[in-house]
Amino acid sequence: MSKYETVVGLEVHVELHTKSKIFCGCSTSFGAPPNTHTCPVCLGHPGVLPVLNRQAVEYAMKAAMAINCEIAEWCKFDRKNYFYPDSPKAYQISQYDQPIGQNGWIDIEVNGQTKRIGITRLHLEEDAGKLTHIDGGYGSLVDLNRVGTPLVEIVSEPDIRSPEEAKAYLEKLRAIMQYCDVSDVKMEEGSLRCDANISIRPYGQKEFGTRAELKNMNSFRGVQRGLEYEELRQADVLDGGGKVVQETRRWDENQGKTISMRGKEEAHDYRYFPDPDLVRLHIDDEWKARVLASIPELPDARQARYIQEYGLSSYDAGVLTASMKLADFFEESLKHTSDAKASANWIMGELLGYLNANNLELDGVKITGQGLGEMIQLIEKGTISNKIAKTVFKGLIETGKSPQQIVEEQGLVQISDEGAILAIVDAVIAANPQSVEDFRNGKEKAIGFLVGQIMKETKGKANPGLVNKLLVDRLNA
Amino acid sequence: MSITIKDVEHVANLARLDLSDAEKEQFAGQLNAILKYAEKLNELDADGIEPTSHVLPLANVMREDEVKPSWPIEKVLRNAPEEEEGQFKVPAVLE
Amino acid sequence: MSVFELKLSELHNRLKNKQLSVTELVDHSFKRISDTDGKIGAFLALNEEGARQQAQALDAQLAAGGERGLLFGVPAGIKDNIVTEGLRTTCGSKFLENHDPIYDATVVTKLRAAQAVTIGKLNMDEFAMGGSNENSAYGPVRNPWDTERVPGGSSGGSAASVAAGQVYFSLGSDTGGSIRQPAAYCGVVGLKPTYGLVSRFGLVAFASSLDQIGPITKNVEDSAYVLQAIAGHDERDTTSANVNVPDYLSALTGDVKGLRIGVAKEYLGQGIDPQVKERVLEALKVFESMGATWEEVSLPHTDYAIATYYLLASSEASSNLARFDGVRYGVRADNPANLLDLYRRSRSEGFGPEVKRRIMLGTYALSSGYYDAYYKKAQQVRTLIKRDFDQAFEKFDLIIGPTAPTPAFKLGEQVGDPLTMYLNDICTIPVSLAGVPAISIPCGMADGLPVGLQIIGKPFDESTVLRAAHAFESQTGFHDLRPALS
Repeated sequence: MSKYETVVGLEVHVELHTKSKIFCGCSTSFGAPPNTHTCPVCLGHPGVLPVLNRQAVEYAMKAAMAINCEIAEWCKFDRKNYFYPDSPKAYQISQYDQPIGQNGWIDIEVNGQTKRIGITRLHLEEDAGKLTHIDGGYGSLVDLNRVGTPLVEIVSEPDIRSPEEAKAYLEKLRAIMQYCDVSDVKMEEGSLRCDANISIRPYGQKEFGTRAELKNMNSFRGVQRGLEYEELRQADVLDGGGKVVQETRRWDENQGKTISMRGKEEAHDYRYFPDPDLVRLHIDDEWKARVLASIPELPDARQARYIQEYGLSSYDAGVLTASMKLADFFEESLKHTSDAKASANWIMGELLGYLNANNLELDGVKITGQGLGEMIQLIEKGTISNKIAKTVFKGLIETGKSPQQIVEEQGLVQISDEGAILAIVDAVIAANPQSVEDFRNGKEKAIGFLVGQIMKETKGKANPGLVNKLLVDRLNA
Repeated sequence: MSITIKDVEHVANLARLDLSDAEKEQFAGQLNAILKYAEKLNELDADGIEPTSHVLPLANVMREDEVKPSWPIEKVLRNAPEEEEGQFKVPAVLE
Repeated sequence: MSVFELKLSELHNRLKNKQLSVTELVDHSFKRISDTDGKIGAFLALNEEGARQQAQALDAQLAAGGERGLLFGVPAGIKDNIVTEGLRTTCGSKFLENHDPIYDATVVTKLRAAQAVTIGKLNMDEFAMGGSNENSAYGPVRNPWDTERVPGGSSGGSAASVAAGQVYFSLGSDTGGSIRQPAAYCGVVGLKPTYGLVSRFGLVAFASSLDQIGPITKNVEDSAYVLQAIAGHDERDTTSANVNVPDYLSALTGDVKGLRIGVAKEYLGQGIDPQVKERVLEALKVFESMGATWEEVSLPHTDYAIATYYLLASSEASSNLARFDGVRYGVRADNPANLLDLYRRSRSEGFGPEVKRRIMLGTYALSSGYYDAYYKKAQQVRTLIKRDFDQAFEKFDLIIGPTAPTPAFKLGEQVGDPLTMYLNDICTIPVSLAGVPAISIPCGMADGLPVGLQIIGKPFDESTVLRAAHAFESQTGFHDLRPALS
């Protein structure tokens, strides 16, 4: 074990999924041809003025409340001044010293332990445009469609102590934003982005070590790997008698390492000042109460309920509630079966296994919660066996048909008719005298072969309990 | 407090201005004169006085979240010094 | 007599009675511009084709009868920092020498709705920074009263074009006096409305918390007409006030009996030209003779206003002008080596010295370590200056003083000494910082040059300002004096 303790703080940007941009009426939808979702306002033409989108403010309030922030009674917008082609006004409208939310927290669970991570602040700001590098790096093209998409920046306290905790924090944050329905939170589309501050210090030392800022971690795995790399790199520097330099480093996914951006980034002086084009926000109790009422049951509460109501383990309840869609799927299934544990097992085993193996999201497959619930009901009623259910489940995923329909179309109904099974039992006994002989001579194993033969004859559809009982009765007769 | 040529260069860099040596000298002198004049504000004790960003006591002026038509691409690019494939073209960010 | 000397009601009568057509008015405007603008230099762009087409359409409407707009058929000039779609808008800057806007400012839309005819775009100090119009990249504007003298600024073209009879009225913009001071220098009427009364959408920002658009006219009645047409809430400007716009014309009663006037003693102090002071004191006697009362009032923080203003306005400007980066519009330096080079050279080649100076000052005042000492302190002093006005208006209906301490000075006289130039704005800047309305009207002459009287009102009380100004000019007739420009 390392002699160093890792200290991490995360800065997470979440794009809010309003229909229009934060300061103009252009659409925020993803994937339009370059610069076709722009107007004089978001292009930063001379003379234009911003007008604040109420929905963006309410989403930001909702997000802040969901991570237990105190909501500012008064706040304002400030200009963050810097030149870059993705920023048409050469300033970003953001919130400097009066963020919408402050002093929040979320709980994460790592290795069965719950840990509280503090949140310093959540503020509202506008997104920048996109640059594409061309001509072998000698030029760039500027697409300003994304300019003005509302963002919240969520800054954590330096409470995170490992890459694993960082990942858990990020996953929990994503789940909460998803539950609140304020963002699509897709890292691959950039609607969730994460930068990290990481430092290490010898165990027992109170002061923080010198930190590096990590950028360009474009996936949950990237965040974890980038931090893992960086804690080792910093430990090597210290062990070698060196000093960690305060700098910005870029995570290179392909090379699997972080690279210093020193020299390519000058010291910033953003010259924040209150934006004179926008007026203050006054968030009174009535407004707060209205937004608070719109927040649904959040992951922690839902997890606790699943443990209490359905007797699920904390781990299982945690997996099910990590994604709101999955939790909703689970609850939908329970409208059609009372066996919550069976539903949880199917979801965590077969369903997540299939999704992971095929790199799919839940909305990429056709199965519904209702389908799963009805399938479990068929098992309970004895219409199908657990083994056959796996075939039915595959049909649910691929076709979206109801389990009854799949069972009927594929003739998967379990044979539970004693007469029909007895006929086959007798035929198998007649055809395998040696095995019968072996059984009678005390070779108990022989019965397994005979059961196998019967199942083969019935294409697996015979009720296995019934087959066993009838066979033993006959042999002992 | 006096503004040096080095300060002028730093500020010019923040403001993305290229200044000749003569301009740097001139601005250093003029900015010093103006800031010296501005020092008269120190005669006033303004501690605890609320800063005025706005003379009007307005708050919560917002619009509803409605999509309005964007501008046609010809207009978007009409004044572009250089464009390619419907985008604004700039030289490399880094050299 | 020029048709532009007719009162608007009389002009409309003649149009209605077919004694005059809009086309004739527009022709008159272009003729006068072609005769005089070589000497004045007020115009940066002309809208000849557009104006003539619009005139024809309005004449057709006239023939057909029906409702006419408030400013029907009236030729107007627009300061070149007000954005006009399809009509080159340079802000007096080389940076925007070919800028072809893709939208109209709200005031331009409102003028069109009122059926005024846009004649062209008016010269100005680059990005409205200056008080003499010598900071235009397209050459200075000259004062029609004496072409060796400045017309004032930054709305120098707007004031000079009205004084020279080139247009019926014009729009200017005022950040620290840029409507009132040139109106005073050119002997015309310039109104800076309350901050928030007129939409800033489409006004290229200099200092957003101070900028206001307002009319420059030959008389107070026209000022009321134009204000009526352009005032009012705009949902595209968050800082525009949601107030009911009163009927300004009905305020012009000629009656000032009982009005309580405070005379700002700080505006008549050190540095004021004795003749200017004399004209102001004479004006007070006129008000007295009409039944108003006056006494001295102190605005104790006046002495701090200029420092406050230059810190705040320059800071805002440094940020507002950062968007001129040569990426989406404006000039771009040739063969930039890289992005940084593109930014630096495009901006350095595109901006003139005064603009650079203010960007430098503002950038410095906002930079790390200086914000509290300069920007925040200035915002706090702004509060004190605003309180001066609040307190004075508890006792008075109006505050009166000169618009500028001196009449128009000579071209080149103050170039190279920015601080002295800034001190010319001592009477107008405090009013801008307080955000209250003020008008400059002619109140006589000093050595053959017009002197402006500034009448300052309570927030959104343009009606009282206009009423007093109108009563004064009806009584005195100084507004009818015209330069002997051939």
